[in-house]
Amino acid sequence: MVGPQSGPQWRVTVDPSRCIGSGLCAASAPRHFTLQGPYATAVGDLMEPDEEISDAAECCPTEAITVEEL
Amino acid sequence: MTAPPEASARTYPFNNPAGLDLDPLYAQLRATEPLSRVRLPYGEEAWLATRYEDVKFILGDPRFGRAAVIGRDEPRTHPRQQDSGLLTMDPPNHTRLRKLVAKAFTNRRVETLRPRVTEIADGLLRDMKDLGDRGDLVEGFATPLPIMVICELLGVPFTDRHNFQVWSEAIISTTSLPLETIMEYMGALHAYMAGLVAQRREQETDDLIGALVRARDEDNDRLTEQEMVELLAGLLAAGHETTVTQIPNFVYVLLTNPGKWRELVADPTLIPNAVEELMRYVPLGTAAAFARYASEDTELGGVLVKAGEPVLGSLGSANRDERFFKDPDTLIFTRETNPHIGFGHGPHHCVGAQLARLELQVALGALTRNLPDLELAVPADEVPWKTGMLVRGLKELPVRW
Ligand code: HEM
Ligand code: SF4
Repeated sequence: MVGPQSGPQWRVTVDPSRCIGSGLCAASAPRHFTLQGPYATAVGDLMEPDEEISDAAECCPTEAITVEEL
Repeated sequence: MTAPPEASARTYPFNNPAGLDLDPLYAQLRATEPLSRVRLPYGEEAWLATRYEDVKFILGDPRFGRAAVIGRDEPRTHPRQQDSGLLTMDPPNHTRLRKLVAKAFTNRRVETLRPRVTEIADGLLRDMKDLGDRGDLVEGFATPLPIMVICELLGVPFTDRHNFQVWSEAIISTTSLPLETIMEYMGALHAYMAGLVAQRREQETDDLIGALVRARDEDNDRLTEQEMVELLAGLLAAGHETTVTQIPNFVYVLLTNPGKWRELVADPTLIPNAVEELMRYVPLGTAAAFARYASEDTELGGVLVKAGEPVLGSLGSANRDERFFKDPDTLIFTRETNPHIGFGHGPHHCVGAQLARLELQVALGALTRNLPDLELAVPADEVPWKTGMLVRGLKELPVRW
């Protein structure tokens, strides 16, 4: 594991105007997304890079998740 | 705290396979026994969740999974137990496999198909109209439309449909076929798909089969050959059996609920909302399926579900939960929000949901536009229903226009 300050960080956002609340991201990457109410949100703005996040983003049926490498 | 569950398990499923009614026992269970014990024709006893909140919970919470089904005698309505594929996996393995196909089914990608799907739909209705003023909507329209669409998307020759339509029934059959026939058809479907994969190795294509073959050949550990063939065969079968069934169900419900057909003819802008409302309203499944196994003791619906126990969630019951939806038994096309779970929820949320939505919207659009005076050609209680399937639907839908 890379320490929190050492490597690149990802900025992860969910666009609520696109999210249909499928629950897919929150179930497959529960440390990174939550679904409380109709839309998912990213848990925190900056995240350690993790394949779980990019996989969830690639599975999102409405491409509502954006992952930006900083 | 609600009443403790009945000591002995109830026999399940409750729904009558002929028709689209939700058995009244569901409403009773939602009120008095939200988690109850059920025994299915095959497999171990299970919990049955009937409330919206609980069903959504077992579908979306990581403490409930599908991978644990391997090696267990899954509660089910059909003799064959599924032992591979997306619905027997949990994240992260599930997500890794699913992302390979998910991109082809996002709403942006699916939306690019709309003109072509509309053209197919209008063409099929033109052909029906050329033959007279009445016909069977199942055969003339609802069956060919989704099959043509999934064939074009995957890259499967439509001319082979008579074979794979027969084989695909194996995936959604419960008792309509004997087990040996189911196994034989599954084998035939996989062999057929393996043949199409082999062709892509000779000549590249830009359809989904071609894209998956490239993804696999570039990076071998992502996907075994067998996983790829099964994934594609599953998409071909799921990609048409469900929508083929749901289009006639929707039309039947619209024609038998007074004023509902005319409402859409008069205002086609209601169609997208009507599709969501019909997805909520129509309990497609004969029974709840694909039980989730608890990985730890969890309190749910007033009972303690122990680690290792299976829980079935009824989507049809959840979608009629009066705790969640106002007037749940009434079709209302103007609901402000409609978070139904007709396409499931969580990691296994239907991969084809956006495609199915598009097909259903285009189908209702084309029908209301081309056949505004559509009506049943036989009394509503005389239309023939299929039985022995995972999903409920019409054998024929005789209509006139
Ligand atoms: C009206 C039509 C449809 C309905 C009502 C429907 C319903 C569903 C439901 C409820 C699930 C979740 C099952 C569960 O979690 O227990 C599901 C999963 C699935 N559906 Fe659909 N579906 C439809 C159309 C389609 C289409 C067009 C395709 C293919 C392109 C498709 C492919 C799949 C696949 C592959 C899964 C498994 C996903 C996974 O495990 O990750 N479905 N569907
Ligand atoms: S996967 Fe996409 S649509 Fe589904 S809850 Fe997450 S962000 Fe929303």
